[in-house]
Amino acid sequence: MKDATAIVGIGQTPFAKELAGTEVALACRAIRAALADAGIAPSEVDGLASYTLEPLVEMDVARNLGFSDVRFFSQVGYGGGAGCAVVGHAAMAVATGHARVAVAWRSRKRGSAENRPWANVEQVIEGHPAWSRPWGLLRPADEVAMMTRRSMHEYGLTRDHLANVALAARKHANRNPDAVMYERPLTREQYFAARWISEPLCLFDNCLESDGAVACVVVSAEQARDCRQAPVYVHAYAQAISPQLQPMTNFFCPDPLRGPAWNCARDLWAGADFGPGDVDVVQLYDAFTPLVLWSLEAYGFCGRGEAGDFSSASNLEWPGGSLPVNTSGGGLSEVYIHGFNLVTEGVRQIRGTSTNQVEDAQRCLVASAEGVPTSALLLSGSRP
Amino acid sequence: MTTERLLPAIDLHSAPFWEGTTHGELRVQRCAACGHLRFPPRPFCPVCTSDAVQWRAMAGTGSIWSFVVVHPPVLEAYLPFAPYNVIVVELDEDPAIRMVGNLVSASSTVPNSVDRAELAVGRRVRVVFDTIEGVALPLWTLV
Repeated sequence: MKDATAIVGIGQTPFAKELAGTEVALACRAIRAALADAGIAPSEVDGLASYTLEPLVEMDVARNLGFSDVRFFSQVGYGGGAGCAVVGHAAMAVATGHARVAVAWRSRKRGSAENRPWANVEQVIEGHPAWSRPWGLLRPADEVAMMTRRSMHEYGLTRDHLANVALAARKHANRNPDAVMYERPLTREQYFAARWISEPLCLFDNCLESDGAVACVVVSAEQARDCRQAPVYVHAYAQAISPQLQPMTNFFCPDPLRGPAWNCARDLWAGADFGPGDVDVVQLYDAFTPLVLWSLEAYGFCGRGEAGDFSSASNLEWPGGSLPVNTSGGGLSEVYIHGFNLVTEGVRQIRGTSTNQVEDAQRCLVASAEGVPTSALLLSGSRP
Repeated sequence: MTTERLLPAIDLHSAPFWEGTTHGELRVQRCAACGHLRFPPRPFCPVCTSDAVQWRAMAGTGSIWSFVVVHPPVLEAYLPFAPYNVIVVELDEDPAIRMVGNLVSASSTVPNSVDRAELAVGRRVRVVFDTIEGVALPLWTLV
């Protein structure tokens, strides 16, 4: 499917701590905007891809937006691991002829405290969390903190390294008027003064709790040439579950710090005509700061255990950094909608329309969450 | 949404583990065909796909693989302890067999009863048990 499809439209709602309207309505607004961006009528849509966590079925979107003949629909699980896979499934459907115009989206209302999944559990815990939550490992932050402490022990990761990720994201958001944290600068002093959430993670190691929706439109490379926007080609796509993976609490396999992103990276690069050294800009799932560092290692931008040092030379920041990361502000500072805003920022970079535009960006890696069944995309501005 | 301490669902595959803890034993599944140890409990051996299962009592000793200190906001039932520790222990029999628990003092089962400075990767620990609503949860004390 290399370069067989392209993203030709992107759309989004405003991003905020709290938005009016249902997740269905937000999804429809983002999809409508993405189709308008592409110059494609809603009646032409015949493929749908979304997250399983979406509390709506495809029919609701199809009925609201008047899709006439849906012939492909797919949902991908595991929250933050799903973002690139949703686009990948849409691209596979188009590449194989099962759909001609596919839309992929994520809509999420998470800003208000009652919407936080960890706070809405029953007393008796089913499934894999039964082996962690009874002892008080309650929230995703606690689970990632456990891996972070181990990473500090094995690799010499420090809180300064984590701060590098948080500060880079905030600087990017401070130049992105759509970002929730657009007008909220962050200093290293503020980072270290912040309250703990789960030691060794503090408040600013955690993503935003926010509302918003993002969508994109995928068509064939041939059809893309007739669309309003310059095509952003889906150059490669991969999805992975690593051996013995237990999502978020991946403590029960022989090498927990080598998560599914490593398997995903191997397959992604195997399907690409270029390697990590040829990438201009990256968007890495960042529900928590250490995930960005682990993903830099997994996708081959530095060696295992070296991402902390890699982050120290301002490499992650635009302008000036050798590998600008999460140039919209990402989940830490733009909006947290399970990483789908990373996909649209990747598209903007290739189009040349980011508010933190890497000069002549032609190749962008987008990666979904390390530590859960995951996925990744390589986006390219030109067909080789 | 519960206001109580969380408890594990006990099913066909995990029941022998929880039966063990009520008897003061830390049991781990051992494949009856190839001898591979596995945890958490599940019906099949990932090495040889056999579903013939034995249970082995572990010595109940190991070392801290990692730890966190959890701060609020947390569920209501955990607030009285917060900030409290959660640790992951690797067992002496097989370092790839790891369990989540709390580090507690010799005289208390409260997960903030050990000084923060005692928490360190590599510290030697031994299992103890604390029964909550009939379920004996494994906890750990410093050796």
